[in-house]
Amino acid sequence: MTKDMLVKERDVVVPGEELATGMDYLPSEGAFRDGDKILASRVGLFNLDGRLVKVIPLGGKYIPKKNDTIIGTITDVSHNSWRIDIGWAFDVVVFMREGSREFIPNDADLKKYYAPGDMVVAKIIKADSPRMTDASLKMPGCRKLGIGKVIEIQSSRVPRIIGKQGSMISMIKESTNCNIIVGQNGKVWISGEDHKMERIAEAAIKKIEAEAHSSGLTEKISEFLKKECK
Amino acid sequence: MKKYIEAVLLNGERIDGRKFEEFRKPVEVSYDVSNKAEGSARVKIGKTEVIAGVKMDVGTPYPDSADRGNLMMGAERLPVSSPEFLPGPPNAETIELARIVDRGIRESGMIDLKKLCIREGELVWNIIVDIYTINDDGNLIDASALAAVAALKNAVLPELVNDRVQWGKFTKTKVPLNFEAINATVYKIGKELVIDANRDEEAAADARLSVSVSETGSVHAMQKGGRIGMSIDEIDKAIGMAIEAVKPLREVLK
Repeated sequence: MTKDMLVKERDVVVPGEELATGMDYLPSEGAFRDGDKILASRVGLFNLDGRLVKVIPLGGKYIPKKNDTIIGTITDVSHNSWRIDIGWAFDVVVFMREGSREFIPNDADLKKYYAPGDMVVAKIIKADSPRMTDASLKMPGCRKLGIGKVIEIQSSRVPRIIGKQGSMISMIKESTNCNIIVGQNGKVWISGEDHKMERIAEAAIKKIEAEAHSSGLTEKISEFLKKECK
Repeated sequence: MKKYIEAVLLNGERIDGRKFEEFRKPVEVSYDVSNKAEGSARVKIGKTEVIAGVKMDVGTPYPDSADRGNLMMGAERLPVSSPEFLPGPPNAETIELARIVDRGIRESGMIDLKKLCIREGELVWNIIVDIYTINDDGNLIDASALAAVAALKNAVLPELVNDRVQWGKFTKTKVPLNFEAINATVYKIGKELVIDANRDEEAAADARLSVSVSETGSVHAMQKGGRIGMSIDEIDKAIGMAIEAVKPLREVLK
């Protein structure tokens, strides 16, 4: 901490709180510059990443970022694009050229690829402004989802659900034998052979969401899964 | 999600692990949630939560029921309870909710309206029941109906001096009830029938049938909703399920 930093790492800050002074730092997510001060724009934990001043939100709606993998529902199909509802105020657009790894001819009926109501995994490729947020369905891992359960969690809890290098989510996958995809927008798709196991996976994810701030969560969840999966 | 729910139902299970004819747990009823109302109750079925209040007033009877009190039922689906509910005048679904609850109570003869007559043709008691949804996690109809019955059970008459109601002063006379008519709604999803659908199931339901049942198992009122039809066999089965399903609710009300 240098003298220009006014708060400590992982302090809870509120909107308008001064985070840093001077031109040595740059405002990033959840922060903005006012004169030579950097102020917080939302409630969250303070984080300094090199010269970047960030506020990690404690809750709230998901806001798309570039390279986020998200799960959404197709809401509309036009002659050259699809619209996806990702649980945000605006729908994101997938243009025809980003629709599939295979070639889509110019006059193709786009409903044959993805129809309204289909669940898809997509990747945000552009997040410049609300109206200019585009996604792609041809990046690795992007596809139409089959029959499965979709649950919603707080998007700020997603890193906890995934764990370090995916440790938490792979533990749930292994013990319940379910296929799970977590979208950065807080939607989780669960599909397994046994519906009982799907419910256990859902309960485990809800438990992580509820207890995200407690320590030793991995052990707790591991015990929970051992007890339930007997 | 609809396809998933149907696939799970075909497997003989429900998405939350309940049986087909089982209500969510816990079903909770708490009384006297409002100190200004003559009777009030809060009902929770799982995460679905509804408050009902009863106000009593005096007024002139309708010409066709000169010796009977009046019953008025109103519902409001508050915007706080679901992202889909908007403020403003009630829409068709809100009116339907109030009407289903109203019909179950009115047509069953649950309230002894004749005892609510003060002077025939001149002065009778008006019962006004208001339903407010607090949280919608599916099946608001049954929660509202249970809350309305619980609030009526809890309601007392206010003091009456020179034909004027003394607001805030309650007597110990209860609203005369003959029995309790409890509503159970059966949802049809694909080819299966389930009781007490949660929010996801309700969104996937093709049709629903609300059945109001009394202690003896007689059916007093029914209302069918949704765009898809139900066969006679399905309606038979639904009534049977409803009669069985309300038994635990009746225990909660005692």
